[in-house]
Amino acid sequence: MAYDKFNVLKSTAYPLPIENVDTDQIIPARFLKATERKGFGDNLFRDWRYHPDGSLKKDFVLNDPKYSGTILVGGKNFGSGSSREHAAWAVYDFGFRCVISSFFADIFKNNCLNIGVLPVQVSESFLDSIFEEIYKDPTTNLEVDLKEQKVTLLTTGQSENFVINGYKKHNMLNGFDDIDYLQNLKPEILEFSKTRPF
Amino acid sequence: MVKKIEDGPDVIFIDRHLIHEVTSPVAFLGLKSRGIKVLFPEKTFATADHNTPTINQHLPVEDPLSANQLRALEQNAHEYGIRHWGLGHENNGIVHVVGPENGITLPGATIVCGDSHTSTHGAFGAIAFGIGTSEVEMVLASQCIMQPKAKSMLIKVNGKLQKGVTPKDVALFVISKLSTSGATGYFVEYAGEVFESMSMEGRMTVCNLSIEMGARGGMIAPDEKTFAYIKDRTFTPKGKDWDKAMEYWKTLKTDKDAVYDKEFVFDAAVIEPMITYGTNPGMGMGISKAIPEAEMVEGGKVTYIKSLDYMGFHEGEAMLGKKIDYVFVGSCTNGRIEDFRAFASVVKGKRKAKDITVWLVPGSHKVEDQIREEGLLDILTEAGFVLRQPGCSACLAMNDDKVPAGKYAVSTSNRNFEGRQGPGSRTLLASPLVAAAAAITGKVTDPREFL
Repeated sequence: MAYDKFNVLKSTAYPLPIENVDTDQIIPARFLKATERKGFGDNLFRDWRYHPDGSLKKDFVLNDPKYSGTILVGGKNFGSGSSREHAAWAVYDFGFRCVISSFFADIFKNNCLNIGVLPVQVSESFLDSIFEEIYKDPTTNLEVDLKEQKVTLLTTGQSENFVINGYKKHNMLNGFDDIDYLQNLKPEILEFSKTRPF
Repeated sequence: MVKKIEDGPDVIFIDRHLIHEVTSPVAFLGLKSRGIKVLFPEKTFATADHNTPTINQHLPVEDPLSANQLRALEQNAHEYGIRHWGLGHENNGIVHVVGPENGITLPGATIVCGDSHTSTHGAFGAIAFGIGTSEVEMVLASQCIMQPKAKSMLIKVNGKLQKGVTPKDVALFVISKLSTSGATGYFVEYAGEVFESMSMEGRMTVCNLSIEMGARGGMIAPDEKTFAYIKDRTFTPKGKDWDKAMEYWKTLKTDKDAVYDKEFVFDAAVIEPMITYGTNPGMGMGISKAIPEAEMVEGGKVTYIKSLDYMGFHEGEAMLGKKIDYVFVGSCTNGRIEDFRAFASVVKGKRKAKDITVWLVPGSHKVEDQIREEGLLDILTEAGFVLRQPGCSACLAMNDDKVPAGKYAVSTSNRNFEGRQGPGSRTLLASPLVAAAAAITGKVTDPREFL
């Protein structure tokens, strides 16, 4: 199923400089009961964002009117824990198209790539610069250029290249997904299945 | 491998696909909207576990959303011709418990499931890992998955474990050394005397927790113990097929000259019964130790202090003697027969502590039956405990088994994340022996006192 194409994203960003943000924080298990991919954005970071009575926690970054944008900047080891794709859906559904961190957990990173959210891994020092600039000026814009594999802090001009494999990059630039690819590989798959011992 | 994509992932054929009610419905919706069928329905197995109640399973599920997911799993399985073990079915239970139990898990097989603890099946020398829902849809549609090649890591634990030190402690010890992201990007192989002499249940516990240090998967080379465990199980190959499979399996030995991208060697003798004090599984220590000072830990101090604040703990404090409100024994990590034997061995002839709630949740109906058959239920009942019905239960608290805000739970499960066992809950991960010691004293207690 095709998703949005990703080309160049220029946006302000939300800073979340906490390490090891796990998928239970991104979306707690009690909100995984839907049978459709709808409404997960409302519960993104549910227990950090809302008090138990449903009122907003004013000091949490997503509730701070100073911040805006379609980029989420997180601390090291972002997305650890459960394989729930609901975490990536919640990030997408809230409006993010890109997550920047100095390190991502594997399954979360894969899930993001599979739904058209770009995970961008930068060095720790560049991540620190990004946080610093956003805290200095919340209207700081970042530019994420997928074709050039480059992320730039537009206030300072600092930039860094990021890694993505050619296949996934092609998919994201064009909004293709893996099933489109695998459907075309069916003859090879059926042939290969005969070689398995069980 | 079906195909290697240039500058891209490998296309890997999947021998066994396990599904459950939470991460599969959207995958089936995807299939429907594309108008495609399941390519190999006989290679997918469905069980209900994440959402299920652990009491009164014969009654309709009260929570309408949970009931809806369970119904969706049943309907999808029916529509696409997939084997389904719903509530009350004799084979029902936690996906990573029923897979091995029924001979679905086989050495050398590629196994995936929309659940990060799929690494459990690596205990049999299977290549097993957790996937997201988009990937569940890929496997249903094509029996394949696309994954970048992982780096390899060897974790060796030599020597003999001390009395009271279980496979769970070995895993928590290793994670505390490597941190919660120390194995990200790696596929781990466990080797050395400790794993060689470990039971299959113990190996499953260790491989299960591989994901908690970020690893894609964990694996132990199959041996005679592995083959003895799988022989004659429902879906294990039989007769000539067994002989043929055995020929293949015997080739799955670790290559003596294997080179790993990273290696760690530990000494079994230094491992104590473990307990966690923070909000990720890497924040664990020997039960007799004191909570490390922020200055002594690697990584961000702010995150560390935030974590201790959430737990209501302080740097330098001892964990022994801390009051506990809940005990949970169960989950795909420690919900097997051996875990209930361990728990029963400590509580035998003693009484459950007052003011403590204890949930004992078998990983499957087969485990539940075995608890009865072995006489463990009598021991548990005499000590004042109640056995519940199988499911994931308080491990992720999707059902009603929730630890209330601010309360402390000693749990044999796999994650101590903020709110994991219910909003505001505080989780201390530990072995079934530590859980048993807490259940009879109401405090964090060294189980070696009772052995």
